[in-house]
Amino acid sequence: MSVKLGVPSKGRLMEKTFDWFGARGVGLARTGSEREYSGEVQGLDGMELVLLSAGEIPRELAAGRIHLGVTGTDLVQEKLAQWDQKVAPLAELGFGHADLIIAVPQCWVDVDTLDDLDAAASAFRARHGFRMRIATKYHRLVRDYLHRGGVADYQLVDSQGATEGTVKNLTAEAIADITSTGETLRANHLKVLCEEPVLRSQATLFRSRTAPLSDAERETLRDLLDRMSLE
Amino acid sequence: MSLSKITAKAQDLRTAFEATGAQAVECAVLQPAATLLDLYGEDIRTRAYVTYDPVAGEVMLRPDFTVPVVQMHMAEGAEPARYTYAGKVFRRQEEHPERASEYVQVGYEVFDRSDPDAADAEVFALFFNTLAPYGLRAVTGDIGILMAAVEGLGLSGRRRAALQRHIWRPRRFRALLERFAGQAQVPPSRAALLAAVDPMAGAGPLIGMRSQMEISQRIEALREDAQEPALSGELVALVEALLKVSESCPYALERLRDIAVDLPAISPAVERFSRRCDALEARGVDVGALGFEASYGRSSMEYYDGFVFGFVEPFRPDWPVVASGGRYDALTRQLGQGREIPAVGGVIRPGLLCELEAAT
Repeated sequence: MSVKLGVPSKGRLMEKTFDWFGARGVGLARTGSEREYSGEVQGLDGMELVLLSAGEIPRELAAGRIHLGVTGTDLVQEKLAQWDQKVAPLAELGFGHADLIIAVPQCWVDVDTLDDLDAAASAFRARHGFRMRIATKYHRLVRDYLHRGGVADYQLVDSQGATEGTVKNLTAEAIADITSTGETLRANHLKVLCEEPVLRSQATLFRSRTAPLSDAERETLRDLLDRMSLE
Repeated sequence: MSLSKITAKAQDLRTAFEATGAQAVECAVLQPAATLLDLYGEDIRTRAYVTYDPVAGEVMLRPDFTVPVVQMHMAEGAEPARYTYAGKVFRRQEEHPERASEYVQVGYEVFDRSDPDAADAEVFALFFNTLAPYGLRAVTGDIGILMAAVEGLGLSGRRRAALQRHIWRPRRFRALLERFAGQAQVPPSRAALLAAVDPMAGAGPLIGMRSQMEISQRIEALREDAQEPALSGELVALVEALLKVSESCPYALERLRDIAVDLPAISPAVERFSRRCDALEARGVDVGALGFEASYGRSSMEYYDGFVFGFVEPFRPDWPVVASGGRYDALTRQLGQGREIPAVGGVIRPGLLCELEAAT
């Protein structure tokens, strides 16, 4: 058996992950055709590269089917209850920065804090007869954040994409989504609340706390981390 | 612990409750999610299992019996009524995976307008006597006293409503009190909004369902609020003193009466507590040894708005409460569609009793 490293299978996230490992003396490369999801770890025996959707890496780490994995902090914390008992962050990779934020229409000049959002939600429910809708795909993180912030009278509606458009389309009053530059938000006449974001996320290398390791695998893992000067 | 043992224990308890005159009732496991979501908001999703029915839409595995029992009573019940039930409830345990996510509850609920203080005492005494062999510690409280205090602070209707709305969220409640007392800093965004001649300048296009009128109304409300005199530090201190009361019932009563001298609005609620103590004593409960905590039951997501109680296992701090209950008059109003009735009740977890029996 070998030590399995899960890496996002597509796009810039994969390329930057390959670069990050390359800069630390560990060559990662795709094998086979352009479209085949297979890869290899060069110069280190006993390692296997697994190309996966970034969204599935948290689950695979938690299930112990891969030993290491690169994915966003947002995905780990959203998808894994008690995430810190299932995975351990080893290194922040310095790219894929994104904040999970709450945004409201720019025309809501009276809403800038969670306190405002709560008061507006209460008045909205009284007037419209239903709880203010916040569109997101990060249900657990956002619910937890709003609970801690003491916001009531809202409901989360699921939005798996084009979330910024839901307000204009009248399917939500506010949104919670990942943003890096805020350009899409501005283009859709939304503004971010003046609060700490729900989460600051970036691409992070995680180690599974549940994946079993044989002696040989443990040795391989130690070699890898040594080579990259990681604990 | 075997399920058959727990079921047998639950049957014993229910039979005992029936013997006191309660009618046994059953409730559906699948409950419409909308009712519970309207009552508790999104937070219930972290505590209950939500699933999807192709016809009924979102449904929940019942997280408790009280809501369906109240609905049943409000729809078809004769007054007065006493109900008992035994069955499983289902709770997600994200924070405490070591705790059971399905467990049996046995309950006793009283719908009776004749003498609410006596009804409080009836339910508590029944639980107190039933649980006497198990060495549990009983705690009581009264949310009604805090609610009365909020009414008596001399605040505008808007501020009073904001505090009442957050009685169940202690941190939010405290932040509101501090803000009303002028102890919290005004956020720069708020200060700028209040100072703006035309707050809507640069607001961009109006999008979404919240209309310009709703925005203007809130700005108006914020302007009025900024003019409202600050809540005095003495009143804040009184509320804090009230929340800190944690004594045996007679001392707590004495302490609350002291506070009522400066905060007379709580007097009716405090005297009600006093009458309840008398009613408890009449039923043989040693009130002198019974604890009272003014903030008890506030942070749990429940619907109690008066008397509250819990029974905890003092040597198992990791355990949830073994039994709990309280008064929920407001819930009957919310679910009654124009009707309401004073109601009080509680539940016991027979599974935990079985564990205690096995340990001795």
